[in-house]
Amino acid sequence: MGLGTFKGGIHPYDGKELSKDKPIQEVLPKGDMVYPLSQHIGAPATPLVAVGDTVLKGQKIAEAGGFVSAPIYASASGTVKAIEPRRVVVGDMVNSIVVENDGEFRSVEFTPVEDVATLSKEEIIGKIKEAGIVGMGGAGFPTHVKLSPKEPEKIDYVIANCAECEPYLTSDYRRMLEEPEKLIGGMKIVLQLFDNARGVLGIEDNKPDCIKLLTELCKDEPRIEVMALKTKYPQGSERQLIYAVSGRAINASMLPADAGCIVDNVDTLVAVYNAVKLGKPLMHRIVTITGNAVKEPANYSVCIGTNFSELVEMAGGFTVQPRKVISGGPMMGFAMFHLDIPTTKTTSALLCLTEDEVAQYEPSACINCARCVEVCPSRIVPSRLADYSENQQEDLFEKWNGLECIECGSCSFICPAKRQLAQAIKSMKKTVLANKRKK
Amino acid sequence: MSDLYNVSSSPHVRSKDTTSRIMLYVLIALLPAALFGIYNFGFRALLLIVLTIASCIVSEYLFNLVTKRKQTIYDLSAVVTGLLLALNLPPTLPWWMAILGGAFAIVVVKCLFGGLGQNFMNPALGARCFLLLSFTGPMTTFANSRYYISQGMDAVSSATPLAALKAGQGVNTMDMLIGRIPGTIGETSVIAILIGAIFLILMGVIDLRIPGTYIVTFVIFVLLFGGHGFDWNYVVAQLCGGGIMLGAFFMATDYVTSPITPMGKIIFGIVLGILTGIFRIFGASAEGVSYAIIFSNLLVPLIERISIPRPFGKGGER
Repeated sequence: MGLGTFKGGIHPYDGKELSKDKPIQEVLPKGDMVYPLSQHIGAPATPLVAVGDTVLKGQKIAEAGGFVSAPIYASASGTVKAIEPRRVVVGDMVNSIVVENDGEFRSVEFTPVEDVATLSKEEIIGKIKEAGIVGMGGAGFPTHVKLSPKEPEKIDYVIANCAECEPYLTSDYRRMLEEPEKLIGGMKIVLQLFDNARGVLGIEDNKPDCIKLLTELCKDEPRIEVMALKTKYPQGSERQLIYAVSGRAINASMLPADAGCIVDNVDTLVAVYNAVKLGKPLMHRIVTITGNAVKEPANYSVCIGTNFSELVEMAGGFTVQPRKVISGGPMMGFAMFHLDIPTTKTTSALLCLTEDEVAQYEPSACINCARCVEVCPSRIVPSRLADYSENQQEDLFEKWNGLECIECGSCSFICPAKRQLAQAIKSMKKTVLANKRKK
Repeated sequence: MSDLYNVSSSPHVRSKDTTSRIMLYVLIALLPAALFGIYNFGFRALLLIVLTIASCIVSEYLFNLVTKRKQTIYDLSAVVTGLLLALNLPPTLPWWMAILGGAFAIVVVKCLFGGLGQNFMNPALGARCFLLLSFTGPMTTFANSRYYISQGMDAVSSATPLAALKAGQGVNTMDMLIGRIPGTIGETSVIAILIGAIFLILMGVIDLRIPGTYIVTFVIFVLLFGGHGFDWNYVVAQLCGGGIMLGAFFMATDYVTSPITPMGKIIFGIVLGILTGIFRIFGASAEGVSYAIIFSNLLVPLIERISIPRPFGKGGER
């Protein structure tokens, strides 16, 4: 079988060797835990606790604020210190529950389910919803919403996004190697919801050990198969992954379900397993702490709510002062100006770089080389769109299909003139979409 | 605060390729043709190459100085323009015309329209056509090649193989392939040009969309309208003569003046092939590559407008 792939894409330096051989370590936070009420797409959660309340690990501290929303659970025991706006990764101030960690990690009881196969579809979705699971690859879309398409019988692919195409990230890789049975377990639970679907684990071929291990483990699973994907960024982008696996192409106005597909990230599927089988809500996630500025780049199982500066301490602190600290990978992650920011459900990595490549180059004139067009997985023309963005030409921006941009950043990466293409397109997209909503 | 970090919108990494590196690749790719030109035509060719390049660099430097712009000569694009222009000049051209041509290319065709990336016409070809119109005599007098002189011919030849072909005379296609024929400095050796072209393709600087469709369209045009039927000798002579190889691989592929859209590149190549065929076969002059390319340059905005690519996932495409 040939490797699944898509047209376009880039091959940035992947930096994964820094942390790929470091097993996941469980670490416990010492300082205050901060739980932003909005760590997902949709309505913010509503607090269930008040200042002064004592909370246990695993206790629900905020209720979903609507259907497209997710509850939030405490990941450590302690006393609620404040409910106040705190700075989050994207730079905004978000109302957050602050818990003074008592360091005891007293926990509520979790009740596992003997046989998941006896659960009904409604029960499974209910458990996933109740556990506060959201897409942990970065988007943070509530998983129970994703798993409730209009016509579930039309879903014929459940795709586990094991591509991990972002450079430097190794959390999914370690998860696949260390807890493959949980990933497969999560996949089996999701497959229980979709009778006509088969499960596909899409793994980039730079992880041959994962492909081998999972293929072996899925040998006796008639509904699950492993598919090797070409190593290329952005292979793990939802639309590109669906195309690589199923040959179906969706555009910006379609959902994966329109192509009969459901896509979930590795960590999300493991969270589904923990929630449905073990009865545990979403309290932890794997974070790769890496980059040439930290002493010991590695993968950690981190309590959601842990302060980023604690994460840096876990990795041995800084050996040199970093120039740029990024939450997530270097292609789509967010740069932060300080470290007083909490880990959320969507924090996949903390990348600390000693050099800022962006600042090293000054953008110069476009020479029309068309490299951005060649690499664009959405097959649009980034260089023109950036011009329309700079000139505020909304009509031309739409005519040249600017809204199809998936914001992967491949164009800005490849541009020899070092133009800020993706950045310009992203901001114009926001303007156009906002104006559309006004109409 | 002591721990403030750099903040910018993603992506946070950049590829190593820069504009000047691409220009350097183009220069390297032009070396075989340039070296062969110097071998073929001697010291005069070297002199013209050096003068034209120097003229381009100095013009750009002065223009930026006078207009108080950021200095851009380090991106090497002026060097590329100078070398390309020199390769398109006959080796016997008076030296001051070469300098004038370089200045025209940079100041009039490139800088006055906004500099690199903004010119709508290939600067080297714009300057060549300017010289051709202004100094038709010197621009169409071609010195004989080293090989032909060694064969006992006059140092000053009157006809390039293409002109001979137009006049209905026979030509030696092997001489044309190797390049031991009269012509401009860099256009004569098909082999030297192809070595450079292959290098550019391997380095990912150009692809075959434009040169491929250009050459194929031209061949079809010549077969249909050349008046020689399926005479492959004639077709090969048409391909190896004049500036079509240099034009197809090094000037039609000029990023700035060719379409950015994939389909646009193919349309561009087809238009070039047809125009070159019309100019060469039905025109008064034997050559037509330069005019075909600068004319097509003007069509680029129109071509792009009709070739907006269909985005991923639109139109029921698999």
